[in-house]
Amino acid sequence: MTGPELLASLGKLFGAKLQNKTEFRGETTYTILPTDLREVAKFCRDELSFDYLIDITSIDNFGEEPRFEIVYELYSMTLAVHLRLKLRVSEEEGAVDTVSDIWPTANWHEREIYDMMGIKFNGHPDLRRILMWDGYPFFPLRKEFPLEGLPSEMPDVAFTKSAPLEGGPFVTQPSTATAKDREPRAHPPEL
Amino acid sequence: MFAVSEILPAAYDSKIEGNVIFTRFDAALNWVRKNSLWPMPMGLACCAIELMATAASRFDIARFGAEVMRFSPRQCDVMIVAGTVTYKMALAVKRIYEQMPEPKWVIAMGACASTGGMYRSYAVLQGIDQLLPVDVYISGCPPRPEALLAGLMKLQEKISGEKSLAAQKPELTKKLNELLA
Repeated sequence: MTGPELLASLGKLFGAKLQNKTEFRGETTYTILPTDLREVAKFCRDELSFDYLIDITSIDNFGEEPRFEIVYELYSMTLAVHLRLKLRVSEEEGAVDTVSDIWPTANWHEREIYDMMGIKFNGHPDLRRILMWDGYPFFPLRKEFPLEGLPSEMPDVAFTKSAPLEGGPFVTQPSTATAKDREPRAHPPEL
Repeated sequence: MFAVSEILPAAYDSKIEGNVIFTRFDAALNWVRKNSLWPMPMGLACCAIELMATAASRFDIARFGAEVMRFSPRQCDVMIVAGTVTYKMALAVKRIYEQMPEPKWVIAMGACASTGGMYRSYAVLQGIDQLLPVDVYISGCPPRPEALLAGLMKLQEKISGEKSLAAQKPELTKKLNELLA
């Protein structure tokens, strides 16, 4: 089976479950329902030879409904074909089924999404934060979270403070001093 | 014998005194300390690469007596915080500093350790001086090895002006001052 045939067979078998199909520069993207995720994922791995889950990412479409979007990037080692699966999750629901038993690499990807955006994964064997520490109260990659951060305190573990932004994330004060004055290594030795 | 009189306020005449040197206790103690600083390499980001280059043969931090990088804080005098201190790492850095024996000094190497650098972010401590008493700040992103050596020389300069005996033995100093008065 070649790549295009493979993707066509997916479309045929899951016709009703695939919400939307887009092609862009040879990349195929299917939008599916969260309830169909595990069925589609298992079929992709077992029948269509998508044996490699490259990445899982999440998108916060703040202000839209459903708010969150999760993107699965699949790859078939045998046929060298990419496939992208997308699904939308609302904020109230806030959870999708795990695929960590289908592709073990999903374990840490799902933990990262939980850590950064607060989307839970039903059936995940070890859904803890992966970058921030246990007890950190925010989800930093959500759109409503300010860039400079929010203060928090977790005694004996870690604390955070808001970073001073001085009017913007990348503001510099122009200086009239020459490199000779600014660079300590340019000074003559004083000892 | 070495020519101590050139660098220390000492009175020494080899014809009269042989191997006897007169100097202030603080001056002798500081001279010993500043020329044998054992660094704690707190390498947290790319500054650590420059720290390693400083220790290697081309720049050779051994010329300043600070080549003995120790990975146990209990054997260190100066912590070189080289790199981005995240909030997750911040209290660990503080704990390692607290495990270092007195007297101890801190060099904040590079923009990140000094101020948070380009990371105006929820995840990065905005300068290690929020947790530790920093003695020398070194600019640069990352600083070149020469800048680190210049910072080390600044620290040596600072150490040579310290009142070491008074800091270490306050009661003895008080008693001596009373006797001399």
